[in-house]
Amino acid sequence: MKYAEEFRDPKAAKALLTLISEVVDDIGATREKPIHIMEICGGHTHAIFRYGLDKLVHDGIEFIHGPGCPVCVLPMSRVDECIEIAGKEGVIFTTFGDAMRVPGTQKSLLQAKAEGADIRMVYSPLDALELARRNPDREVVFFGLGFETTTPSTAFSIQAAAREELTNFSIFCNHITVPAPIKVLLDDPHMVLDGFVGPGHVSMVIGTHPYDFIAQDYGKPIVVAGFEPLDLLQSVLMVLQQIRDGRAEVENQYARVVPEHGNPVSLAAISDVYEPRPSFEWRGLGEIEESGLRIRTRYAAFDAEVKFGIGYAAETRGVEEPEGCSCGAVMTGRMKPVHCMQFGRGCTPETPLGALMVSSEGACAAYYQYGGARAAAE
Amino acid sequence: MCLGIPGQIIAVTQPEKMMALAEVSGVRREVNVAPVATGPLDDLIGKWILIHVGFAMALIDEDEAAATLEALRGLGEAQEALDAMAAGDAALEGGS
Repeated sequence: MKYAEEFRDPKAAKALLTLISEVVDDIGATREKPIHIMEICGGHTHAIFRYGLDKLVHDGIEFIHGPGCPVCVLPMSRVDECIEIAGKEGVIFTTFGDAMRVPGTQKSLLQAKAEGADIRMVYSPLDALELARRNPDREVVFFGLGFETTTPSTAFSIQAAAREELTNFSIFCNHITVPAPIKVLLDDPHMVLDGFVGPGHVSMVIGTHPYDFIAQDYGKPIVVAGFEPLDLLQSVLMVLQQIRDGRAEVENQYARVVPEHGNPVSLAAISDVYEPRPSFEWRGLGEIEESGLRIRTRYAAFDAEVKFGIGYAAETRGVEEPEGCSCGAVMTGRMKPVHCMQFGRGCTPETPLGALMVSSEGACAAYYQYGGARAAAE
Repeated sequence: MCLGIPGQIIAVTQPEKMMALAEVSGVRREVNVAPVATGPLDDLIGKWILIHVGFAMALIDEDEAAATLEALRGLGEAQEALDAMAAGDAALEGGS
């Protein structure tokens, strides 16, 4: 168990692993008939692979990697639309660095930048706001990307732009929400999900109640978890204990950071600036009802879709995935990354074909980085 | 961009914009503290926070800050966040 030595507290890790094994045995799960636990958040996927948790735990547990990596679920058409906006006269297009290498149908933002588009990586939408203040003769567009963790940052930025009456700042809104795709996965008759490890930092914003439907309507346990390996093991144990005891509850392992009702200031800003879209397209999952946010009409002056007539403001949209790309099947847990015909061949972290290979939080990139050798040996 | 990074607030810089200076692994960066500001901003000085894309999203204690930083380092995400901050600074000057 070479990985166990990397834990901050190896003794605690071993104790948790023992407890996990006992509960799995109590349940009667085996390698042939495993318990399926989905970790929703891409950060958790990364940590599971980094620390080899999937191999350390009892082999009666199978982790299913969820759709919680915003870069990975971004449709190629949205990248194309970013490039279209970036190509407009006078535009400075700003984005989180994570989105730079995501392939569009023709190219990525990184390639468009190399070809001369003024595309800049920023750390925060506040940087984009500052760029707009300093460049009043340019139109500064920020690529609003991410789940509820990053949504407050663009909401606050739009509010600030409105207060300052900036006329050259807008957001290309692609914010998405966690609960909607989970419902889709739970409704999918091909999916077998016995419990969930819930996202930590998303829950810090929205609290734990948005997951009530998972326990109450679907009878599945969910435990909101922190990012340390010990947090994850503790959370997996809590999910298993619920299954053993026949309980289905929303539990909070990460209460030291996640308040039950989330962050009220952030939620108020989100609600002021955004409203649910009737539906939004997810790579690999298709259109999902009320899974994305759009900018409310009262802030239309800061909405890049309205300003440029692009995205859901345009009449036609939607493109096919590249040939041989199985991101959709991997995203829904129906296929392991190594079983994709492009994995490690046409698709690597250096030259990603599918979005799951781009981000360190994507299941394919995690497999490639940490699991390639051992997967090949299986 | 999804995982926050811990920092410590060392000064309030633009109270009207809810901005404060935070120290993050030896790097100083202005952050917006609106999400954690429930009282006078000066009360935040010395407090540890979890910073997401330039916003203080949660107050944490020092032990939690240290443990989170260690977890992020293990995942390579601490350096990623610091690099992104540097990229943000460069973007303001026309680079990145």
